[in-house]
Parts: sequence; C-alpha cells; structure tokens
Amino acid sequence: MAHNNPWPDEGNTGHIWDEDLRELDNPPPLWWMLSFYAGFIMIIFYALYYPTIPLTNASGEFTKGMTDWSQINEYQDDFKVLKDWRTAKFADKEEQLAALPVAEILKDEDLRSYAVATSKALFGDYCAACHASGGAGVSGFPVLADDDWLWGGSIAQIEATITNGRIGNMPAKGMMGNLSDQEISDVADYVIALSEGKADDVAYAAGKAVYTKGMCMACHGPAGTPMAPTGAANLADGIWRFGSDRDTVVSVISHGVNVKKNGVHIEGTRQAVMPSFKERLPNADVNIKRLAVYVHSLGGGQ
Amino acid sequence: MSNSKDNVTHDFGPTGSVLEQMDLHNKNLENIGVEILPIHTGGTVHAKRIPGFFRSLKWALASVWLIFFIGPYLRWNGHQALLFDLESRQFHIFNLTILPQDIWMLTLVLLFCSMLLAASTTVGGRLWCGYACFQTVWTDVFTWVEEKIEGQPNKRIKLEKAPMSLNKFLIKLKKHAVWLLLGFLTGFTFVAYFVDVIDLWSRLFHFEWSLMETGIIAFLGLATYFFAGILREQTCIGFCPYARIQGAMIDTQTELPTYDIERGEPRGRLKRVKPGEEAPKLGDCIDCNLCVAVCPTGVDIRYGQQFGCITCGLCIDACDSVMEKLKKPKGLIRYASLAEFGGEKLPALWKRPRVIVYGSIMFIALGTLLWGALNMASIDVKALHERSPLYVQMSNGSIQNKWTVKVVNKGNNPMKAEITASGPEDLTFKTGGVLNIQPGNVGAMTLYVQIPKKTLTDASTPIVIKVVDLNNPLVFEEYKSNFIGPKVH
Repeated sequence: MAHNNPWPDEGNTGHIWDEDLRELDNPPPLWWMLSFYAGFIMIIFYALYYPTIPLTNASGEFTKGMTDWSQINEYQDDFKVLKDWRTAKFADKEEQLAALPVAEILKDEDLRSYAVATSKALFGDYCAACHASGGAGVSGFPVLADDDWLWGGSIAQIEATITNGRIGNMPAKGMMGNLSDQEISDVADYVIALSEGKADDVAYAAGKAVYTKGMCMACHGPAGTPMAPTGAANLADGIWRFGSDRDTVVSVISHGVNVKKNGVHIEGTRQAVMPSFKERLPNADVNIKRLAVYVHSLGGGQ
Repeated sequence: MSNSKDNVTHDFGPTGSVLEQMDLHNKNLENIGVEILPIHTGGTVHAKRIPGFFRSLKWALASVWLIFFIGPYLRWNGHQALLFDLESRQFHIFNLTILPQDIWMLTLVLLFCSMLLAASTTVGGRLWCGYACFQTVWTDVFTWVEEKIEGQPNKRIKLEKAPMSLNKFLIKLKKHAVWLLLGFLTGFTFVAYFVDVIDLWSRLFHFEWSLMETGIIAFLGLATYFFAGILREQTCIGFCPYARIQGAMIDTQTELPTYDIERGEPRGRLKRVKPGEEAPKLGDCIDCNLCVAVCPTGVDIRYGQQFGCITCGLCIDACDSVMEKLKKPKGLIRYASLAEFGGEKLPALWKRPRVIVYGSIMFIALGTLLWGALNMASIDVKALHERSPLYVQMSNGSIQNKWTVKVVNKGNNPMKAEITASGPEDLTFKTGGVLNIQPGNVGAMTLYVQIPKKTLTDASTPIVIKVVDLNNPLVFEEYKSNFIGPKVH
C-alpha cells in the first residue's frame, strides 16, 4: 500500500482503498484534547471525593472518599425529606385519627377517605395474606368486601375484631357430638336447602329434625339466621364460610371448627383463627382505627 | 430540456451568481450551495434606514407585538384575562379555563403554528423571519433606539472608532440604559402572564419578588438585551435553527426578494461617455450598494438567495428609491420566484401540492381545536372499577361491584356532584352522599352497585354512571362502564 502513495505529503497513514479513499492522521482539535486531559485530572479529585478503590476482595472494603458519600445514604436522606414533608402535611389528620372514636372518623367524609387512602399499604402488609387484596377473600378465609359478617359488621365490631382477634368454634357432629353419618347427611341437605329458600319442602323433613336434635339452632338460630353475631354463620343466605358444595358441608358438620383433643386440632376440623393485632401492628391505636374504617368501606360495612 | 435561460449568455462580472447554473425543474435547490455565499462577519452591521413600502409594512406587523405588552393588563370577570397559573395548574384565557386534562389542545395549537410557518414559507419565503419574528422585531426596535441616540450609520461607525470620552460614554450609557429598560419590560411582561400583573408591580416596589421571578425576569431581560442589542443578525445566521429549516422549505416556486440579473447585469456606475468612445452596454444596476447598506443582516442580495437573507424586503425599498430617481422601472429587486425568472408560469396557490398538504393539516388542527374548545365540558368524570375483588356475592343474593368515581370540576364555581348509576331495572346503588368540589379540584367517591344475581344474563352488563352538578343541572357527564358478575352457564 504505502509504496504506492499518490499523496505522500498530506499526512495519510498509507491506508488507501478504492484508489482514493484514504485514512488521514489529523490530530484532534485542541479543545477536544484539552478536555481529554482535563478528564484525567478530574479522576484524581473524583477518587479523593467519592468511594473509588476496592481494597480487599474478602472484606469488601473500599476507600470511602472525603465525604463518605454513598447512593444508599443519599436515597435515605432524600426519603427522610419526603417522610418529614408527609408527616408535617398530614399531622392534623393523624391527630384527629388518634383523638376521635372510630365511629366519628367514619362520619367525617374527609377523614374517612384519608383513612382509606392511607390504609392500602397497611392492609397489604398485615391483612391481605389471608383476606386477599381488597378483602376479596380466599378459600377458607372470609371475604371482607361482602355484607356477611360472622362477628358483626358495624364499625365498632370490626374494630373489636381487629384489636382482639377471633376464634371460630363449632362442635363436631352436633352440639352433643352424637349425630350419625346418615343424620349428618340429612342435615347437610337441609342447610343447603335453607340457603336456597326451599327448607320447608317435605323432602327435608328428616334433616329439619336432625337440625333440632343436634341443637344447631343454639348458635345458627331456628331459621338458620343467628340471633347475634357470635361467629356462627348465617345458613339462610347464599354465602358459605367454607364452601357451598355438599362434601364440604358434610365435612364441616362432621369435624366442626377448631375442635381440639388434648390441646391439638383433630383431623379434618376447620381451623378458623383471626389473630389479635393490637400487638402486631405498629402504632396500633391509630392503625387499628384506620384499618377498621378501610374494611368497613370495602363494600359491606353496616 | 429546452430552457430559455440556456440561450441567454451574460457576463456576470463579480457577482458569481449561481442562478445561471440553476435547474428550475429541481425544486430541492440542492444545487444552490448556500455555503459558497458569504455572510457578514466584519463587525456590527449598521444598516441604513430608508422609508418605503416594506419599511411601513414591517412597522405595522411589528406593532402586533404590542399586544404582548398589553395582554397581562386585560381583566375579565375580576381576574386577569390571560393568566397561565402554573401553581394551581389552570390556564385562564378570558372565559375559558384550561386544566391539565385539556392540554392536548396545546399540541394542536403547536401543530397549526408549525404548519402555518411551513405554508407561509413555501409561498412567500421567510415571512416569519422578515416581518414577525421577535428577534427581528426587537432588533429593529433596538437599532431604531440606537439611531435616535447615536445617529446615522456613518456617525455610529465614527463614534465606535473614537477613543473613549465623557461624551461617548454618556451617549453609550443612554443607549444601553434604554436597551436594558426594554429588556426588563420584556422579561417582566413575560412573567406577568404567569402571575397577577398588578400584584407583580406592587411586589416590585416592595422588593418582594421571589427568587424564581427575579431570576426569570433578570435572565429574560438580559437575554433580550444581549440578543437584540449585541448579537442581532448573528442570532439569525448562527443560532436560529429555523433559519436553516426554512431554507429547506423554499422551492423554485417560492416568491422571494430576488435581484433580476438579466435586467441588472452587467452592473456599473453611469459615466459620461467621452467623445469617440462607445458607451459601455450596462444593465440597470448602478452598483450603488444601497441594497447592501440597508440590509439588517448585511448580505448582498445580488448574489442570489442565501441563508443570511431573512427576506425582509428592505433592499426592495432601497432599490426602488434609486430606480425612481433614475426614472427606470421599479422592481430590479422584487418579490419573484426563480420559476418566474426562468419564464415559467406559477401554478395557482391551491394547485401546489405543498400548499394543499400544509393547508389540510392546518384545517384539521384548527377544526379539532374549535371542536375541543366548544365541547370542553366543565366536568370530567372517570370511574375506576375495583379489580380486587371484581365482584362480591352479597347475602341478599345480589352481586355487588365497586367503583371509585373521580370528578374534576373544570368550571369556575363550586360543584355539588351527585353520582347515580343506571342499568337493569332492579339495579340499586349506594354512595357516600353529595360530593362538594371546589373549582379546579378533583373529588373522589366510592360507588357501590348491586344487581340481583338472577337478573344477570352475562358476565358483563353495561351500566351508566351519571354525575350531575346539583348547583347547575346542565352540567353533567355520563360514564359508560361494565358491571361484572359471575360467569353464567
């Protein structure tokens, strides 16, 4: 290539293609070189100022720099600013939440929507594991968005439930534990008919007798509707605590809810425990009120 | 290609005009190399001012900018008529209040303006640059001030060369003071569109401007002083991106101030012919250089179209005044297209494809804008369906859905929003009551709707959520949504 260079004096590198396409060896512009060297000098100050040089692999140590700057510190500083701002901005609302009884909070639309808006993350952290996001419920855990309440749907009752927790209780095989398999089968047909409004049909007469014999009405009421919210399910509505298919109904009647022998749950019994949250929640006195308002607003509060 | 120009030969002398090599069928003008044409780099351009048609036209069009200075003082219904209130995110334009939800209309305004720029440029050259652009207008006013204080161009050049003296200093001080005042007024007026103008004046005299206001006014004031007073035409030549873009929007059918080479060349000063000598055959250009002297960007139009030219027409005024004295026809420099010089007829405006395309885009943008402004409701409703759970089985056998209804009050009066739902006959709903929303604010309310399970024939049932302002029942909006239920087999 170079031996046949028609442009020997223009400072090309001797690389010539296609007869006249050639690579020149021009220096970069002065301003460019100056900023290039300035970059080198910058490195020294950068290394002094910021964490830069890893020291040993084993300890993970590194030079900290003059200011001890780190991304996580900067993030935490920024986050603190945001948190302080938020705390200051909503200080009066938080004070009201702490001072007012929960029923008053519910009446004040402004305060209510504030409580709901600030509960979403809290509900996600502490409640949604069982009740699902939005209180949609999952198999075996109650739906909170409907209007069927085992322990009462008033705001005070919801607050009490969150504060102290609830333990479900239903004896296996009737109050006395003496129902036979046939009787259980009959009474299962009867309660399913109750929910469908067909309980007076003569076909369920046998089940109706078992309902009386097993003293089911003691908790569930004579017509399937409990007298008071004591944790007993309403058998006359279309909502089933543990499932509406016949096998599940038979199983619940046979094994009860939270039935224990020698302090241990018997096999097949339903475990239905809502823990107390007064110790579990941070800042519980305010946060329980907040969550009670949130749950009440999910769709079925009374 | 037979072209009448092919048969004409001229001695172009020192002009070196590229018109000779022009192919008029190439509308891209790519064979006019703008870089070969010189720009003025020899210090400040001190352009002569002479009266004429285009001079008057320039003042008339420049005076439109007075609206900019008057604008903030207009009042409407007790508030500033034009107020772009960024803090509360509301734009007030007379009776109209524009909230962030309506900001899409701004894109149409921008689209319309950019198309107007393209269309006007393709028809009449850099009309924006020459007559309307704030850089041109402000520079015009600044040099007018300069002429009033320092005198005609030759006096100004003399003053510039003179050594510093008390007299020179006082003259310069006066000029720069007026310039800075104009700059300040510009910056101040700009800011006055974003905060109340009377409040801004009163806070100026109490020294209560915020750092932001002080900063913006100082920055814009100094920028005006710098760009219109110091930098002037160099802004158009070296800074402004539109100058170059508009060069690309011009084609051979565009009417521009153009020097008629065939008539003007060979140029030369008129000389008395000595007896016995043959008079030289000269064109109409007497090479008086007045067209260069009056040019605010310091170009020589006789070189042909070039990017330094902002097509302001002042050289036409100058040349016409000379032609008048010489008793020759006016229009040696005139608004004409290259096609006309080439002997072609210009098609009618509405037959040019670019005009048709730009025009239809402008029409669509303007139409949509009008539609938007006329149909801009003073209420905006969004209903967000709860997704978790999508629906809930209630104890009375109904299915319940939940919506969060958000209502924006875009009007100027407080709103009492009532939310209702309608759909199948046995639909029932529940809300938290009436929603009070202040102007420009958003209110949110939860809406629960129940429909008996037996009524639902499909997993999805259309319903309508209606929000009515009880203070003014004419203000309402209907929002279509779907009620979700269990799958029906």
